[in-house]
Amino acid sequence: MGDKVKITIDGKEIAAVPGEKILWAALDNGIYIPHLCAGRDDHSPLASCRLCFVEIEGYAHPVPSCTQEVSGGMVITTRSERVDRIIGTGFELIMSNHRTDCRACPRNHSCELQKIARERKLKLKPARLPRLDRDLPVDGSAAKIKYDPNKCVLCGHCIRACREKGAGVLGFARRGFERAVTTFNGSPLGESGCNNCTACALACPVGALALKE
Amino acid sequence: MSERKMAAAALEKLKEQAGINRASLRGKTLILLGAATCGRAVGALEVAKTFRDEIERLQLDAAVVEVGCMGHCYAEPMAIIYKPGFSGICYGYLNEGVASRLVQDFLVEGDPCVEFALAATGINDFIPTFQDFPRGIVEQKTVMEHCGFIDPENIEDYLAVGGYGSLAAALDREPSGVIKEIKASGLRGRGGAGFPTGLKWEMCSSSPESTRYVICNADEGDPGAFMDRTILESNPHLVIEGLAIAAYSAGAGKAYFYVRAEYPLAVERIKKALQQAAGLGIIGKAMLGAEYSLDIEVFQGSGAFVCGEETALIASMEGEPGLPRHRPPYPAVAGLFGKPTVIDNVKTLSYVPLIIKNGADWFKATGTEKSPGTAIFALAGKLVSTGLTEVPMGTTLSQIIYDVGSGIAGNKKFKAVQIGGPSGGCLPEETLETPVDYESLSKAGAMMGSGGMVVLDENDCMVEIARFFLDFTQKESCGKCTFCRLGTKHMLDILERITKGKGQPEDIDLLLELAEDVRAGSLCNLGKTAPNPVLSTLRYFRREYDAHINEKRCPSLMCKDLIAYYILPDKCERSCDACVGSCPVEAIFSNEDRIKVVNQEKCVKCDSCMVACPPQYRAVIKVSPPEEVLRREREKGVK
Ligand SMILES: Cc1cc2nc3c(=O)[nH]c(=O)nc-3n(C[C@H](O)[C@H](O)[C@H](O)COP(=O)(O)O)c2cc1C
Repeated sequence: MGDKVKITIDGKEIAAVPGEKILWAALDNGIYIPHLCAGRDDHSPLASCRLCFVEIEGYAHPVPSCTQEVSGGMVITTRSERVDRIIGTGFELIMSNHRTDCRACPRNHSCELQKIARERKLKLKPARLPRLDRDLPVDGSAAKIKYDPNKCVLCGHCIRACREKGAGVLGFARRGFERAVTTFNGSPLGESGCNNCTACALACPVGALALKE
Repeated sequence: MSERKMAAAALEKLKEQAGINRASLRGKTLILLGAATCGRAVGALEVAKTFRDEIERLQLDAAVVEVGCMGHCYAEPMAIIYKPGFSGICYGYLNEGVASRLVQDFLVEGDPCVEFALAATGINDFIPTFQDFPRGIVEQKTVMEHCGFIDPENIEDYLAVGGYGSLAAALDREPSGVIKEIKASGLRGRGGAGFPTGLKWEMCSSSPESTRYVICNADEGDPGAFMDRTILESNPHLVIEGLAIAAYSAGAGKAYFYVRAEYPLAVERIKKALQQAAGLGIIGKAMLGAEYSLDIEVFQGSGAFVCGEETALIASMEGEPGLPRHRPPYPAVAGLFGKPTVIDNVKTLSYVPLIIKNGADWFKATGTEKSPGTAIFALAGKLVSTGLTEVPMGTTLSQIIYDVGSGIAGNKKFKAVQIGGPSGGCLPEETLETPVDYESLSKAGAMMGSGGMVVLDENDCMVEIARFFLDFTQKESCGKCTFCRLGTKHMLDILERITKGKGQPEDIDLLLELAEDVRAGSLCNLGKTAPNPVLSTLRYFRREYDAHINEKRCPSLMCKDLIAYYILPDKCERSCDACVGSCPVEAIFSNEDRIKVVNQEKCVKCDSCMVACPPQYRAVIKVSPPEEVLRREREKGVK
């Protein structure tokens, strides 16, 4: 491992591994940055949830911290008016498309969305935007897993988990507003070759994929 | 280093050969028939057949050559006839009848049929040349110089006008020297972003990776845009030459054309051209005797607009779904299969041979300081003369609209010009003196994009136009990132509400906020630019939004939910039944005075009655808001 580089995040000096992305350097040092889609071992980051923006001194615009490598002397702030605004709107957009039923949700209290809301003092209920519920059928066909696509935030953690630990049956499908996590040919989980390893349910940060009671 | 002349000498030999072959054409009458997609769409191939049949029947010493498009698409089918003893004459609006007449009257009897002529290609006594028209004065053809004048399917035509001379010259120089020239010219990418082309090549060429690629981006997904298609169909060798020079400079042994599958003719012509160039040893192993080898392949992209975005394009070439990736890394650093990759637009590459041939200073002499050279626009919408045009950067919008496009069709009033494709902006009358260059257009709220220009008139509702374009980008969003997937969806829903008369005053602020955040937060430029039509119409046409929201009124009488059809009682010719017969839902009836009345409950607002009402009466009008009908009826005391 090469020599560490010094960076500053929110005034705190941190030693980071060269080539490491800012997001992980921050999280490893107890500085929280909202994020849903980032995977630590990703070769090229998905960079799709758009919640991990930070300011870097000398940069014209906020950048997603999951894609930006640290470099020596970098001065980073996790909060600014611009950052808060992008993250606030991004979060509200996601919440407008996430069927919120916290009390009945197995992820209640361990949900990443609740965490972001708490950390950044954001509302779970979108204030400005109407709900965009797609009213998709809940898939209860697998023995141990239940999939409610209406809760899915497209972070992709289930797909990674399924590839690494399961039967590799999950993937992204369709485009635009219709984009969804589905099985390979769109069949119900129970008929998809899913081996009920439950890795996806453990990986899902928002309760879209969850263990059956 | 310019001592090397190997490739140039090799090319000279090929050219001599070409000259000999072309000698057979001398003394012959030549009919150059515009047979690009624009011509074919209106019957060019039928006209070509008539010419050929007639020439055959009359046993004339004449040949018909199917060429590309010279940009005057509005007048297609077109032909240029070169008859010995005459200057070339260009004819437009051809059909089979006119074609047979031209053969008989002009080819046989020597009467050039001035009544069908658009212009002459050279100075003569009886027909004005293109340069005698305002359009000819404003236009400056560099990339398009030979479009419509040479046979795109015959490499000899290209060689005869000096083609591949620049490639030979480049091969005789060091790659770094070529890059230096392109950098000095200030050439900027014509595919949208305007990034300096030479810099991109240099980034790629200085990579430690030895496997590198160059890709010509011919995805051209903008609705209504056809600049790249026309160039590829009209002069494919020019683009191939540019691509080969780019590949040589960047040190790539492999180059691709990424062409959308919806362009079959372009694909066919590129493939044919590549075969010919390879056949002569111009492209391929140790091409033109140089130590450099290049393989060029055609890749057909299938469909999605976002696949024109360079990282999505690369993903789709790798066999992955065509979704954009985060940049950096930029393709020039890590592109196709992770290797350094130069991606240049068709037009960008077309300038390259010209710059190598004439030098950077020649290129910079046209255009503005920061945007040198010419710009190529596809003119569409409510113009008299739609088509393709090449003008110096810095030409004003009004010159393009009024001099090149001959103004607004149908005596209507200009309202706005939409520039830069679906994510461009709408500029109003007061901005028409804006020069077209990258910075000025951005400042005005539009963008250069890849050169689409749609002109809108007084009948176009700007809220509906914004909704239309956002609907396009929203449907074309790949859905990967939050802002584009959901942000554009919410924006579209709001616009839809407004055009239906259900908008709320606070919607405007919400639109503005979302627009700015989608711009700041999106992953790729599709999302980052998608709000442009909304932002620019809000900036310049706010009053139209307000009318929709506050008065439920569409000032342009375009939004179906906010208008009603009304028959003016004092204009209605009672004995005429045209509107009644035209109505598909029997919504029009005669009242006791035999004046026609629209039953608003039944009316589906299909416009048929308005079209059917004879022009001498013009009794059917649209009103907005729909309640206007009641007011008028009350005023008239209609029972
Ligand atoms: C949504 C989207 C669509 C695009 N489509 C095209 C296209 O059809 N053709 C093109 O040349 N560039 C297109 N681009 C721009 C490319 O990403 C890239 O900038 C360009 O090919 C670079 O070439 P240039 O430097 O010659 O302009 C598109 C960009 C975006 C964001």
